[in-house]
Amino acid sequence: MELINLAIKAIFIENMALAFFLGMCSFLAVSKKVETANGLGLAVVFVLTIVTPINALIQNYLLEEGALTWALGAEKAAEIDLSFLGFIAFIATIAAVVQIVEMTIDRFSPALYAALGVFLPLIAVNCAILGSSLFMVQREYDVLQSLVFGFGSGVGFWLAIIALAAIREKLKYSNVPPGLRGLGITFITTGLMSLGFMIFGGIQL
Amino acid sequence: MDKQTKKILLDPLHVANPITLQVLGICSALAVTTKLESALVMSAALMFVLTSSNFIISALRNRIPGSIRIITQLAVIASLVIIADQVMRAFLFDVSKQLAVYVGLIITNCIVMGRAEAFAMANPPLKSALDGFANSLGYSLILVYVAFFRELLGSGKVMGHEVLASVRNEGWYTPNGLMVLSPGAFFLIGLFIWVQRSLAPEIQEKD
Repeated sequence: MELINLAIKAIFIENMALAFFLGMCSFLAVSKKVETANGLGLAVVFVLTIVTPINALIQNYLLEEGALTWALGAEKAAEIDLSFLGFIAFIATIAAVVQIVEMTIDRFSPALYAALGVFLPLIAVNCAILGSSLFMVQREYDVLQSLVFGFGSGVGFWLAIIALAAIREKLKYSNVPPGLRGLGITFITTGLMSLGFMIFGGIQL
Repeated sequence: MDKQTKKILLDPLHVANPITLQVLGICSALAVTTKLESALVMSAALMFVLTSSNFIISALRNRIPGSIRIITQLAVIASLVIIADQVMRAFLFDVSKQLAVYVGLIITNCIVMGRAEAFAMANPPLKSALDGFANSLGYSLILVYVAFFRELLGSGKVMGHEVLASVRNEGWYTPNGLMVLSPGAFFLIGLFIWVQRSLAPEIQEKD
């Protein structure tokens, strides 16, 4: 039950894109068509679900204060705190996982690979991915919780980017003032969407 | 100052602004701007990271093999961000608490990667450092604008000092809660883009 709550919270209440502004660059740049937005969204769900629990393992068994107990014994491990290496360890994991996922998909499912296209490599530098790992550290999730949290955040991002892309497809037929065309109106639309998503804020889980 | 240097220095402030035209580094621009102080600290951190990463990557550019350049760039950037983060935790602990994960997210701040790819990989070190500096100035400009209005309208304060006497302290100004929440930031940047592009029609988008 607690895990379901965590997932619902990550998808709606603490939506990666609309509440924390993470992954905004690709959110705004790749939302011109529903089809491409769907591809990017799926790739994000996929990578987040894999990367967040792996980073949780790294944090819990390598980096945290006293995390090396399994290798050095409690006494020695208590003196070692490698958490300052977190950033570089996480980003290396993300880059490596993205590469492996890309090769695996290419080998076993060329159709999916073609659908995800250029978005897979780009995901390595999507802040939503690194962001969820950093939130995982800050909120001290264990491996199972991080799996659920990563999946939930990904689905939240997917939902938001498809909604924005659908709105932008309709916006093409409206007469926007010249200075606002393109990026400007997209910002205002996203603002209104984020206002809409705030209704979830009152939900107590 | 010759023409090219001037272009490198001034373009990112207006016609090639990293946030409003190149669409880079938006996450942090929106997230850390509820208070002017945190926006200034964030700008300073980004300025350090971007200027030095552009310089270092440009100095290494002839030795980086093309196939692993992304991860090399990430390694350089991540190390610089670790330095910035540790310095902030040591000397500015309160602000670093407020900025939370967003300092770490400078690593994936697309401005840093974007400038490394677009400029530092093709230009000599000093010029690249200048480009990094100018782009971080353009970024700071937007951050300070957004943070100023969000703090002023959202809580009636500037840099933590009360400017508009709030009704909470028996004044006349009713704080506009929308500005403190995330939609306020989107609207402010949207308006900025509108004004900027109306003043300079050559940067308007066609469709």
